[in-house]
Amino acid sequence: MQVFIPSPLVSYTGRRQVIATGATLGALLLDLERQFPGIRFRMVDEQDRVRPHMRIFISGAQVSDLARPLGPDDTVHIVQALSGG
Amino acid sequence: MPSRAPRSRKPRRITLLVGTRKGAWLFHGDAARRHWRADGPHFLGHIINHLVQDPRDSKTLIAAVSTGHLGPTIFHSRNMGRTWQEAKQPPAFPKLPDGQLDANGLPARTVKHTFWLTPGHVTQPGVWFAGTSPQAIFRTEDAGDTWHLVPGLHDNARYRGWMGAEQDGTPDGPKLHSILIDPRDASHLYMAMSSGGVHESKDGGWSWSPLVAGLAVVEGFDATNIGFHDPHCVRLCPSNPDRLYQQNHCGIYRLDRPATTWVRIGDYMPKKVGDVGFPLVVHPRDANVAWVMPMDGTLVWPRTAPAGKPAVFITRNGGTRWQRQDTGMPKTQAWWTVKRQAMTGDSQPTVGLYFGTTSGEVWASRDEGRKWACIARHLPEIYSVEVAER
Repeated sequence: MQVFIPSPLVSYTGRRQVIATGATLGALLLDLERQFPGIRFRMVDEQDRVRPHMRIFISGAQVSDLARPLGPDDTVHIVQALSGG
Repeated sequence: MPSRAPRSRKPRRITLLVGTRKGAWLFHGDAARRHWRADGPHFLGHIINHLVQDPRDSKTLIAAVSTGHLGPTIFHSRNMGRTWQEAKQPPAFPKLPDGQLDANGLPARTVKHTFWLTPGHVTQPGVWFAGTSPQAIFRTEDAGDTWHLVPGLHDNARYRGWMGAEQDGTPDGPKLHSILIDPRDASHLYMAMSSGGVHESKDGGWSWSPLVAGLAVVEGFDATNIGFHDPHCVRLCPSNPDRLYQQNHCGIYRLDRPATTWVRIGDYMPKKVGDVGFPLVVHPRDANVAWVMPMDGTLVWPRTAPAGKPAVFITRNGGTRWQRQDTGMPKTQAWWTVKRQAMTGDSQPTVGLYFGTTSGEVWASRDEGRKWACIARHLPEIYSVEVAER
């Protein structure tokens, strides 16, 4: 499925949109890691929690549970929270 | 052991490694250390808490990298920063099932950032240590590509209690820093935690013992509680590894091993300046010589140069006499300060000193602090300055 990558992570993917697969959000993130080594740990910590300033939306709904099932028509947007400094 | 070791014979080229809140810069010096060529930014937009050269091969660099949004990682370079590779396995704590405690009854933790990097002993090429926030030590044996938790602290309930919770630490999180290796014995280490005290290991970091006797804590608190101790920077003298200096939240100290009680040499600083600060630098060949950069630790702890008049102070006799060194620095209305990794020295025959300020300036002295010159300005807030010598 289509995954939209935030600009701070484009150094891993080389583009803003990539294709990844997985029956759950967790599996999809593992597929991203397989394709783009190192990217998962920048988004998800070692306790499998989405990092505080990362947001993941599945077909428009914000999700933090890595067990959330994914359907074939879902799209995944990964964004960073709006904050600066 | 004599306090003054033989003089360095051959001058080497100096590169300053500058880590900032928004990236890293390398400043390559000429032979006279008078002119500096800027190389950067590297990792623009990333927080660089520490950037360190491996003195064993003079070409490997390791950078502790994070951003405000992304998880922390490590990058390494095998060619003095021309190219960088990300670590395959950055520092990370063991995964625990949701809500469960580990075998020692301790909760799961998450590495917020790597704060400190120390190359290993000369007999252990490829070995480095990393200190993190929250407090832990990680070790690599492949020059920074894969990092493994040194379990002695993480698994120790007593130490975890001294580390405190996140709200007990500094505003940017509690830190483990000042990982020091005895040049005579690879298994003899020191480290410090803010907060959590100074500690010694004789088995390569597997077990630790507190080393806080003689250190003050904030007035009204119990100095026997290790968790109240806040060492800011501890240095070991290369010319006499039995001598340690420390800049603490509560003063400047010296310890001559095998003694275990620190002596407050900051009592000899001018009273109107005080003995609060973050960085401390030791002379590479004379254990009686050290430098500090005092800051304002009064009332709300402004953490600025005292009275807006920055100065380095030098002792040449182990701390019972201090002399102000501010020639070339602003005489008034300069409100920056210097963080604990942001002041260092080289090992040239006449030692060069360098520091980076919270206002993004790099200052250098080619004559052991007698005269200072600003060699770079308009950088982001500087977190670390280290010397690479080739």
